[in-house]
Amino acid sequence: MGFLDVEDLKVYFPIKGGLFNRTLGNVKAVDGVSFSIEEGKTYGLVGESGSGKTTTGRAIIGLNDITAGKVSFEGKDLTSKKSKTSAVRKDIQMIFQDPYSSLNPRKRVLDIVAEPLRNYEKLSKQAEKQRVGELLEMVGLSPESILKYPHEFSGGQRQRIGVARTIALKPKLIIADEPVSALDVSVQAQVLNFMQDIQKELNLTYLFISHDLGVVKHMCDDIGIMYKGRYVEQGTKQDIFENPQHIYTKRLVAAIPDIDPKNREAQKQFREEVQREYEHSYNDYFDNDGLAYGLQSVSDTHLVALPEKG
Amino acid sequence: MSKEMLEIKNLKTSFRIKDNYYAAVDDVTLTLNKNEILGIVGESGSGKSALAFSVMGLHNRAKIEGNILFKEHDIANISPSKLNKLRGEAMAMIFQDPLTALNPLMIVGEQISETLILHKKEMSQKQRKEKVIDLLNKVGIPMPEHVYGQYPHELSGGMRQRIIIAIAIANKPELLIADEPTTALDVTIQAQILDLIKTLKDDIDAGIILITHDLGVVAEMADRVAVMYAGQIVEIADVHTLFDNPLHPYTRSLLNSVPNTQEGQEELHVIQGIVPSLSKLPREGCRFAARIPWIDDSAHEENPVMHEVAPGHFVRCTCHNHFHFPDESKEDSTHGIS
Repeated sequence: MGFLDVEDLKVYFPIKGGLFNRTLGNVKAVDGVSFSIEEGKTYGLVGESGSGKTTTGRAIIGLNDITAGKVSFEGKDLTSKKSKTSAVRKDIQMIFQDPYSSLNPRKRVLDIVAEPLRNYEKLSKQAEKQRVGELLEMVGLSPESILKYPHEFSGGQRQRIGVARTIALKPKLIIADEPVSALDVSVQAQVLNFMQDIQKELNLTYLFISHDLGVVKHMCDDIGIMYKGRYVEQGTKQDIFENPQHIYTKRLVAAIPDIDPKNREAQKQFREEVQREYEHSYNDYFDNDGLAYGLQSVSDTHLVALPEKG
Repeated sequence: MSKEMLEIKNLKTSFRIKDNYYAAVDDVTLTLNKNEILGIVGESGSGKSALAFSVMGLHNRAKIEGNILFKEHDIANISPSKLNKLRGEAMAMIFQDPLTALNPLMIVGEQISETLILHKKEMSQKQRKEKVIDLLNKVGIPMPEHVYGQYPHELSGGMRQRIIIAIAIANKPELLIADEPTTALDVTIQAQILDLIKTLKDDIDAGIILITHDLGVVAEMADRVAVMYAGQIVEIADVHTLFDNPLHPYTRSLLNSVPNTQEGQEELHVIQGIVPSLSKLPREGCRFAARIPWIDDSAHEENPVMHEVAPGHFVRCTCHNHFHFPDESKEDSTHGIS
């Protein structure tokens, strides 16, 4: 049993309409996803918009209802109704994408960071202030800023306030949903470095959700690639980047702009090659509905969605 | 061979905040050649979009000083009616967010026709429709007759951006400004759109200004690159020189903070401090000095100007001669041009 196990997770959103607002069908946002994360590791969940990566993250933390499947964290089942309010929830926290809209503009930093503490721990005003000060210091902000409002901070600083709130309850697992995609590259570097530092310091496990393969390659140990609610490939960082097997993964890897203008021609050729292969062998990789097949293992760590060999 | 088609001289675009004017673009001098892609990179707040909007004449409240010479006109001092003639015909713009740039209540065919109605009055309705279908074909939209009658919300993000591009190239503009054209798109769609822009460049023989914060996009697309910081251009060079031998401390820091997809490095470089806000910009001295405090003040010029260090390679200020990253020794940094 692992640290976090997700088994055949399904999240469907009903399509309502017609007479009496009946359910006419379902949007299968997440359609049978399984993976597990080891303690202290960073697991990257990659996909384009609409692939279901965010929904998967939100379902694990309980922000979306799970239609079917099982999520267990340190052996405890998170899908049962009881666990919604239980202490397990404290161990899983989330970092949101947009540091501009995820902080309440009318609250002071003190109230923002102390909110989770007020929910789970009974602290005196004095102790609370001190804890918030410590947390801010940990994320590299001066403790004097507790009385300021979010608009007084830059994007990178705001994201760090968000992180301070996230680590307030000493979580074990952090779900980071596109934590840097709203930030400039230099600020992005700051937040990524910082996330790695606190990971070592607090022995954190990350579920890192992103569409940016460059960032994912920098941060993650294991990677899962999602497409239309299903997994197309899963493996270690080396498996995915050096030996991608599924045509969709290849397309994603080929689409990353190369930072060296000398490779321009080579990159263009590579991309065209992959595009040809994609058009030529589309039916070998996707079923009649354009969805990925079930995962088959190609090595100990590497799983690829391929049709079952008949 | 290379022909200048746009010349920007000492452009200064200022905005009024209360009673003072603050320059978002300060002393920018640039040229753009025919059939060339000039990349402009910088972080948010560096003034790259303000520069683009000035060239298109879209800032009606701002104070614009200097010259923007394009087709015997100076866009910095031009009458609105003349400007309207140029816009949409000789120059056009591709916007960042294709959803907000399109009218949600109008079918896309009519939105593309609009620019033809304005600039090609002699066309009959039938000719116009043919031309629009032809444009939709050109930007790679499948079933153009069907898409002609669709509304923007029926199309995906990549398709919408193709519509925007179709509008921009409808009258074969000589100057095309693309402001973060792929930032709102997924990476596989981004690759397709960039490819399309490149093909069209050769097709209509336009000069393109490509504004982006993504160094990877610039590396793939641009012929020349200008790096902007705090309203000024700090370095300009052809794309190979800029990536092989970046000189200005800002360019070097920026390149070092990108997670490299080729090799795994442990720590990313972080630029200290933040981009100063418009009202807090230092008006004198090197604007980047505050973010590299470990470099001695004497390394900076009092009034930094652009120096031509090699043919076509310009760098602002002299601090690049003495620059090194805080964790490397000084010896490594004196790598001038050999």
